[in-house]
Amino acid sequence: MKRVVITGAGTINALGQDVPATFEAMREGRCGIGELEFRDVERLAIRIGGQVKGFEPETVFNRQQMALYDRFTQFTLLAAREAVAQSGLEFKGDLADSSGVVLGTSGGGMTTLDDNYRAVYEEGKNRVHPFIVPKLMNNAATSHVSMEFNVKGPSFTVATACASSNHAMGQAFNMIRSGMCTAMITGGSESMLCFGGVKAWEGLRVMSKDACRPFSATRNGMVQGEGAGVFVFEEYEHARARGAEILGEVLGFAMTSDASDIVMPSKHGAARAISGALRDARVEKTRVGYINAHGTGTAANDKTECAAVADVFGTHADDLMISSTKSMHGHLIGGTGAVELLACLMALKDGVIAPTIGYEEPDPECALDVVPNEAREAEVDVVLSNAFAFGGLNAVLVLGRA
Amino acid sequence: MDVRKQVLQIIADQAMLDVSDVSMDSTPEDLGIDSLGLVEAIFSIEEQFDISVPFNANDPSESDFDISSVAKIVEGIEKLIAEQKT
Repeated sequence: MKRVVITGAGTINALGQDVPATFEAMREGRCGIGELEFRDVERLAIRIGGQVKGFEPETVFNRQQMALYDRFTQFTLLAAREAVAQSGLEFKGDLADSSGVVLGTSGGGMTTLDDNYRAVYEEGKNRVHPFIVPKLMNNAATSHVSMEFNVKGPSFTVATACASSNHAMGQAFNMIRSGMCTAMITGGSESMLCFGGVKAWEGLRVMSKDACRPFSATRNGMVQGEGAGVFVFEEYEHARARGAEILGEVLGFAMTSDASDIVMPSKHGAARAISGALRDARVEKTRVGYINAHGTGTAANDKTECAAVADVFGTHADDLMISSTKSMHGHLIGGTGAVELLACLMALKDGVIAPTIGYEEPDPECALDVVPNEAREAEVDVVLSNAFAFGGLNAVLVLGRA
Repeated sequence: MDVRKQVLQIIADQAMLDVSDVSMDSTPEDLGIDSLGLVEAIFSIEEQFDISVPFNANDPSESDFDISSVAKIVEGIEKLIAEQKT
């Protein structure tokens, strides 16, 4: 089996419009959640989110590109440009043929859907722009990345709600590990912060009106975010031969299905995914120093996740750190695992553990070291990234130091 | 039809029971209504009476809206109708 390393990272999210800005915000425990700004927001009960502000796509993309790129595609391309530039890879010849793009998203072009439903239903228009279908389709971002970087191998989009990015990255990892591919552009993106997107979430009544406070006894729900995280995964010998900087190594991956409920999480499903990923990585659980939690800030997720971690790690659960960066950038749904993988890279590379901000009061049902409110310096060798989706689909990645 | 009867009907439909099997002192749990079922029932109630019910599924016990029994739910709805429809 081949070894798989990460040689490029890129992002845009509510904390920053590139990786250095995002790392800085995470180190400082800054909150990117604020008042939502979009049409009809006054008709919503939930008016906060981790929205990307000060981003002017018209300054980055030309008129024809704008007609084809939904916001989730715009985010993806910006993050992919940063990641590919860092990796230094040029996709041509054999490398182009043996590399692919696997990205996650849950809603795809939801703002495009929202705008155009509004046009035909509310405004009574009988004509929409000719490119609505290629703009809103879930694989649009993947396809545009493959076109921009000339990546010609296996490419597709994964949609597993809140676990989409982790499933995508797990797939990319296994495609390199098995020898099928040399390099993969992977991660995910989401842009659901529009009237219809937030209205649908509002209906579930699990959203907070004031803040995302994972693991805190005072938590009262989740807060949505938007953005993208994109990485270059590369076969280790290929990266080493060209002297690429290695940001971290992907050691293992596992996925499970709860097979129980469409929204309520299961401790067993989560625990099986975590222990499966450790087994796949062949690392002792005592080597795990940090877990980037799914940590949504809902009662159901946080206590289930903590119970699963306690079950898998036993007494070691008290020695490791577990934080939820959703407290800062919000829940990016299909893109969340990708942005959260950045916190894992920061832990491995810089020895800085991103905090769980907004933490006010301990909850006996979440009695782990959640790195409350302030980032911490710590050397860690092995880290985990958890994602547990609606529908009971779980995906956990294990990463190690370069 | 009075509010009580309409709420009972909505709860019975949600629980897939006959209205006669829903008693005023039953809890949603007694009737086999889980948290998702409760969210759906409250949506039906809001639609039926054109009101807004303050209910957070994340922590129902912390909501301003008492769901500890059918009687409490009816009482709460009547109060919300009085507040929001006048």
